[in-house]
Amino acid sequence: MDITVNILLTIATAATPLLIAAIGELVVERSGVLNLGVEGMMIMGAVGGFGASYLTGSPWIGLLAAIAMGAVFSLLFAVMTLSLATNQVATGLSLTLLGLGLSGMMGTSFVGQPGERLPNIDIPGLTSIPVIGRLLFGQDPIFYISIALTAAVMWFLFKTRTGLTLRSIGDSHTSAHALGIKVIRYRYLAVIFGGACAGLAGGHLSLVYTPQWVENMSAGRGWIALALVVFASWRPWRVLAGAYIFGAVWIGQLHAQAFGIPVPSQFLSSLPYLATVVVLVLISRNKRLTMMNTPASLGQPFVPDR
Amino acid sequence: MMRLELVKRPQRSALFSALSPFIAFALTIIAGAIMFALLGVNPLTAFNIYFIEPISQVWQLHELAIKAAPLILIAVGLSVCYKANIWNIGAEGQFILGGIVGSIIPVLFPQFEGPLVLPLMLLLGMVGGAAYAAIPALLKTRFGTNEILTSLMLVYVAQLFLDWLVRGPWRDPQGHGFPQTIQFGDSAVLPELMPDAGRANWGFVFALVAAVLVWILMSRMLKGFEVRVLGSSPRAGRFAGFGLNRMVFFAFLLSGALAGLAGISEVSGAIGQLQPVISPGYGFTAIIVAFLGRLNPIGIVAAGLVLALTYLGGEAVQSALGISDKVARVFQGMLLFFVLGCDTLIHYRIRLIGLALTKPQDAAKLEAAPKLKEAR
Amino acid sequence: MKKLLIALMTTTAALSLAATAEAADKLKACWVYTGPIGDFGYSYQHDQGRLEVEKALGDKVETAYLENVSEGPDADRAFERLAREGCKIIFGTSFGFMDPEVKVAKKFPKVMFEHATGYKTSDNLGIYNARFYEGRYVLGQIAAKESKAGVAGYIVSFPIPEVVMGINSFMLGAQSINPNFKAKIVWVNSWFDPGKEADAAKALFDQGADIIVQHTDSTAALQVAEERKLHGFGQSSDMIKFAPNAQLTSLTDEWGPYYISRVQAALDGTWKPDNVWLGIKDGAVKLAPFTNMPDDVKAMAEATEKKIAGGWNPFTGPVAKQDGTPWLKDGEVADDGTLLGMNFYVKGVDDKLPQ
Repeated sequence: MDITVNILLTIATAATPLLIAAIGELVVERSGVLNLGVEGMMIMGAVGGFGASYLTGSPWIGLLAAIAMGAVFSLLFAVMTLSLATNQVATGLSLTLLGLGLSGMMGTSFVGQPGERLPNIDIPGLTSIPVIGRLLFGQDPIFYISIALTAAVMWFLFKTRTGLTLRSIGDSHTSAHALGIKVIRYRYLAVIFGGACAGLAGGHLSLVYTPQWVENMSAGRGWIALALVVFASWRPWRVLAGAYIFGAVWIGQLHAQAFGIPVPSQFLSSLPYLATVVVLVLISRNKRLTMMNTPASLGQPFVPDR
Repeated sequence: MMRLELVKRPQRSALFSALSPFIAFALTIIAGAIMFALLGVNPLTAFNIYFIEPISQVWQLHELAIKAAPLILIAVGLSVCYKANIWNIGAEGQFILGGIVGSIIPVLFPQFEGPLVLPLMLLLGMVGGAAYAAIPALLKTRFGTNEILTSLMLVYVAQLFLDWLVRGPWRDPQGHGFPQTIQFGDSAVLPELMPDAGRANWGFVFALVAAVLVWILMSRMLKGFEVRVLGSSPRAGRFAGFGLNRMVFFAFLLSGALAGLAGISEVSGAIGQLQPVISPGYGFTAIIVAFLGRLNPIGIVAAGLVLALTYLGGEAVQSALGISDKVARVFQGMLLFFVLGCDTLIHYRIRLIGLALTKPQDAAKLEAAPKLKEAR
Repeated sequence: MKKLLIALMTTTAALSLAATAEAADKLKACWVYTGPIGDFGYSYQHDQGRLEVEKALGDKVETAYLENVSEGPDADRAFERLAREGCKIIFGTSFGFMDPEVKVAKKFPKVMFEHATGYKTSDNLGIYNARFYEGRYVLGQIAAKESKAGVAGYIVSFPIPEVVMGINSFMLGAQSINPNFKAKIVWVNSWFDPGKEADAAKALFDQGADIIVQHTDSTAALQVAEERKLHGFGQSSDMIKFAPNAQLTSLTDEWGPYYISRVQAALDGTWKPDNVWLGIKDGAVKLAPFTNMPDDVKAMAEATEKKIAGGWNPFTGPVAKQDGTPWLKDGEVADDGTLLGMNFYVKGVDDKLPQ
């Protein structure tokens, strides 16, 4: 029983940064913007979070700094693509390049310094309940944030007027603009929200997952988050499911090895990407589903012609 | 309260088309100077080492050609896609598949030697890249699947496939367990252009030839016209009788074949065997090169050389001034942002609007006037 | 934010200090690293060696390095650049630099080249390597003493001879204490991915291992051990700061003494291409202070370390291969050639070598 709980906890830790970054990117893409700079924003969040925690001694301040760092960094993307109407693909890739370089420069003095881990929740009486206690009441704070965030985004996108507006912008910015909606303003907020989430995901890496700073520590997780959004066909609860499936496949593979079962790790690792392609094909085959889920103006620049 | 506003120019500005790269470069130099000064290095010294030194020696020019060749080759192909408004961002995967398929002969049939080997390898490389690019094209035309996302996903699949190959079935049995294939035989190695002067190989020639051919295609042939029409207005293209699906295949196969050629040229010319990683992200960097070169093949040659120079310059300041290699990446990032930003000036006028001062409606009317005229 | 900015400024100031002025009569010694020096692992340790050279030889030398050099055409250029920029002695620190270094060495016969972990030499190209397996034998003994479950978790990168040899040596050490000792092995296919390494450590602990060994570079696995109040061993650098209660010892690479001796030889004009495989007795393989263990275990570990420093080889027979066929007869010592190409397990390893 204990091993099952431990495995579930490990999966949760592996899935949390993917989930948070993907939820942020989902909102961005729902508004019709494709930001390929997730990896760059994530690593900036990681260095910012670790740096602030290291300098102040408080991982909580680190957490806030990670969010702020991601948000500020995404602002660069927003100004370029939204105000200056640059190509989103090229700008997003440049953002990743810049983030990897900048984080390395900023983090030079943090290398080899142990960080403080954001403490797990501990509620007397509840956390010690067998089996479910640690799962429900004993994880790290960011885990709870990730779940709450998913629920909040779900509610926001599909139950609020503002969410509906945001989605309508993603479907057709020209008609949204014709209706008098401030397309650019919405998109700014969406991109910054996505940046804050990517930053938080990075903070999870350097404050919870492995409390330390090393260059390139995001190790491609930003790209997996991007795949996840598509895999989930832009649905928050599917992002949640997807992140946990990705995490489970990965952790399961390690357990299989430790158990003595040889696994072709490359094939398993490529499954998420192949699955994403299959999902894409499935949803695009069905026109009705496509209409419902895919932000039609994804990646296209918009300049209000007033 | 100030606000930034873009006003579409009635037509692209010839002035800014010419000026924008220079403005961007000037801005990069200023920002770079500030950065170097912050690092405690005399900016003039740094710039000299960064930009001048790498192109003042013959061997370095060869290195520049080696680094630029794959970037140009891939970017030239991508420019056709992007002109047609088709978004292939999976060139990295097509590059890798080109490298793999092109290596079939030297890895599996090393006893097969002679003058035929190399042309066959190059051909196989192009086939491999094109075939891999055909997947997103097929999915887009058959099911309407978004090609940005499928082509991106396939990059990771290609990387993992190569990883598996060189660790598993294709691993050199005499290689002490290191993940790499056998060294290619002499007839499978792309020859150097001027072995006495430097290491540059035929890959750079392929890049230049590809650039010229694509330039001719785009500016002198009907197909190029078709690409542009379909890119700017699919509806108009359909009226003209151009098939969108055919265009999707054409663009993907062309860019895939060029990326595949780049892949096998790199493997056979510069590396000499397959390794778990054969590209430091050329396929992605080439996207940036394509935009830096404004999707124009000749511009792309220049952009590819400039970007290659930033890599070489980054290494030069690292060894000469002890500045970390991260600086080079930051520098590249800045350059790209400035270039992308300045290119906005070609299509738009930018104005800062003090909200209290101007009434946007009036401005709108003023702007609308010439447009109306145009419409008539 | 402000503190971050300050951190950035101090970082950059430190960087600028590293930029040394040119001086004609100094000997220039240069290094090429495959990873970032900020990995706090393999490349970091090589760079520490470079800094030791600067410290020991002071005014007489000037150093430079290129980091994050990928194995392929970039490596050719890196070596050529350094050779042309007046480096008199160049150290390539990764196996993948072998062929580029051979090529460039041929082109610059006056420059002295050194390549770590490879097997090709020439008139101006020497090779050096460290016998990490010696330290791993000691780790195996400590693990067998300290593990209550009798099971260690072993996190490994790639199935290359150095790693296989390490697993074998570890198991021989462990079996010398507890013949039934088991190791569970997980391949993470990366030298450096903190997240993956942490996940692997958790998986191994969850399956009953109570001591973690790694042949990967990050501190993540030890941090997990610290969290779970279990034990483990560090790798490459002393990681005690990351796991004050969990680290038993750390198998560290100390390249400094070797680099100093080679650069000194270059200064004296006595440098010759060499083929050295340094071990505990040369100070290239070091075990960090033994901590978090009872005195008798510590004494045993120290004794074994001394025995190895005295010239005893952990691969001394009788040793059988995994399938039970005999490999080394009683008293027979494995030759270096076999070790450097090792592609089989010894008896008792509970894993199938990935092919």
